[in-house]
Amino acid sequence: MEVVISLAIGVLTAAGVWLVLRPRTFQVLMGLSMLSYAVNLFIFSVGSLAIDREPIVKAGLQPNLVDYTDPLPQSLVLTAIVIGFATTALFLVVLLALRGLTGSDHVDGQEERP
Amino acid sequence: MSGLDSSGWSMAQVILLPVLLPLAAAGLMVGLGVQRRRAHAALGLLSCTAMVVAAVTLLLWVDGQHAPRAFGVYLPGNWPVPFGIVLAVDRLAALMLLLSAVTGLCSLLFSLSRWHRAGTHFHPLLQLQLMGLNGAFLTADLFNLFVFFEVLLAASYGLLLHGGGGNRVRAGLHYIAINLFASLLFLVGVSLLYGVTGTLNMADMAAKLAAVPDSDRGLLHAGAALLAVAFLAKAAIWPMNFWLPPAYAAASTPVAALFAVMTKVGVYAVLRLWTLCFPATAGDSALFGSEALVWGGLVTLGFGTIGMLASHSFARVVSFSIIASSGTLVAATGFDDPALTAGALFYLASATLAGAAMFLLVELLDRARRLEADPPSMPVVDGRLPGFAEPDAEPVPADANLDDLAVPLIGRAIPAAVTFLGLAFLVGTLVLAGLPPLSGFVAKLAMLSAVLAMPAQIGTASAGVVLFALQILSGLFAVIALSRVGLRVFWSPEQRGAPELRVAESLPVAALLGLCVVLVIGGESGLRYMRATAASLHDPQGYIGAVMAARPVPTPTERGTLPRFGGSR
Repeated sequence: MEVVISLAIGVLTAAGVWLVLRPRTFQVLMGLSMLSYAVNLFIFSVGSLAIDREPIVKAGLQPNLVDYTDPLPQSLVLTAIVIGFATTALFLVVLLALRGLTGSDHVDGQEERP
Repeated sequence: MSGLDSSGWSMAQVILLPVLLPLAAAGLMVGLGVQRRRAHAALGLLSCTAMVVAAVTLLLWVDGQHAPRAFGVYLPGNWPVPFGIVLAVDRLAALMLLLSAVTGLCSLLFSLSRWHRAGTHFHPLLQLQLMGLNGAFLTADLFNLFVFFEVLLAASYGLLLHGGGGNRVRAGLHYIAINLFASLLFLVGVSLLYGVTGTLNMADMAAKLAAVPDSDRGLLHAGAALLAVAFLAKAAIWPMNFWLPPAYAAASTPVAALFAVMTKVGVYAVLRLWTLCFPATAGDSALFGSEALVWGGLVTLGFGTIGMLASHSFARVVSFSIIASSGTLVAATGFDDPALTAGALFYLASATLAGAAMFLLVELLDRARRLEADPPSMPVVDGRLPGFAEPDAEPVPADANLDDLAVPLIGRAIPAAVTFLGLAFLVGTLVLAGLPPLSGFVAKLAMLSAVLAMPAQIGTASAGVVLFALQILSGLFAVIALSRVGLRVFWSPEQRGAPELRVAESLPVAALLGLCVVLVIGGESGLRYMRATAASLHDPQGYIGAVMAARPVPTPTERGTLPRFGGSR
């Protein structure tokens, strides 16, 4: 499981970084989204990965991290996802505005000289 | 929230005010609808004035306390400390709150003459920006710091685009992309630190750092370094500052003035975390990354100085001076010397005020150069996306031959507006360049004498020499760059009719620069405050103790059965 998660984070990050470095605004947007997915998975994994453990207190179980999965990273991820959505949406609006104003989807608003 | 029975009953509410006031004001404004501009302006003024009052109250309260009690801590969720949200105010936070409130009030006042009509939602965004700033200064929790950073950044994206136009949108796109990337790094850093220490509360984390096993120390340092990259990108440290001059020069005037505080948030976060978590007493992690901070700051200072000299437009000169001041502050943080920190804090206050005033002057001087007797009114673009608004082109009538109106210059009285602009420009230049007799000089003198008095250690000695030399050189270059601008504006031969100034525009400039003068008149008490701030920053046990000692208030149902302060959940 650790291997799968690390691979997922690594692939998403690599793809995200590559896309962010592209000169087209839409690719930058996709890259930032992928990076944020990678970061969300990463946050999720810092609370130690566990299968089938309770995130909330249950009767009959000792309330320690041996029996439970850490709930805090999950709440952090939730907040990060919400904020990430909002800022990405805002970025999209600016991207569309630049496209509308300049007629080009290059990040500088003008096409590269051939 | 009710029923606080400790001695901090009244202060607890005041700590909340800088966050709640702008939030409530922004909510009310959005509820009122975009058409009610007068109501928006009145609400904004009310909220900003109340914020200034709250910040002054907090500052006086914190300053009136003696060392162990100079902290106000409030638990908004009434949860026990390492788990719940904590707001804490100390001398540094109070100072930053006051700076942000004053700058916010002044840029709001300036915007009232015309800029707030240049697009929609200017007032709510300004309030939300102030809320994010104040929250970031008050929070004692890393994840809340992230949330408040996002609040202030999201508002700043909107504010940067205010007024519309291709130039602004292009600069805004770069600015947003950089900040989104930095926010992701911030999250990675926070989660790494959480993974290593198991806590997000900054005081708790600082207390636990000594107990981190050696096998995890690499991860801890990696997390701290990532966090620092995110903060330093916001503080515009070289090489992560190429976005700043275009963005700040493209922003509308009152927004640029407000942004003068925004780079200081990054500086504040570095100062807060590094003095808290990595003091000289932190064992294996002592002074982690201080070399990088020192040299990064010095390179930034040099870069900003050269940039000032290389720029032609006034807005860019001021933007580069913001970069130079950030560099100075970060370098001073890295030295970890209380006397130097005290000087740097004084410099922070004076550079922020003067930077904001100069950004406001940019537009007034531009207007003077364009020979406009009457400031053009902005197109009102309600209901459209700011990005799609008309660019703010200001039409000059083709047949305007102002030479016909020219009267012989000899014997002509200098108009009051030109006098005011010239005087304000002169004062701003003196403060930014650090020349006597104004507050920039006091700050630089304090820093330079601290550098001289610093114990010569291996490693910091050469950096100290470089800082000393760069301080003086940057002052000299700032004078050259700014006087070049001044010559072009005030002594250019085509300068004719006096620009029309409105009270709402000249008052904020006068207030900001007046505060710089107040800083120098009250220089000794100001420096004393800064020294006390630096002393408490460099002795993190006080902060850790104050935050960790905060106890939730028993709820009414618990109070009958449980002893006071015994409410464990």
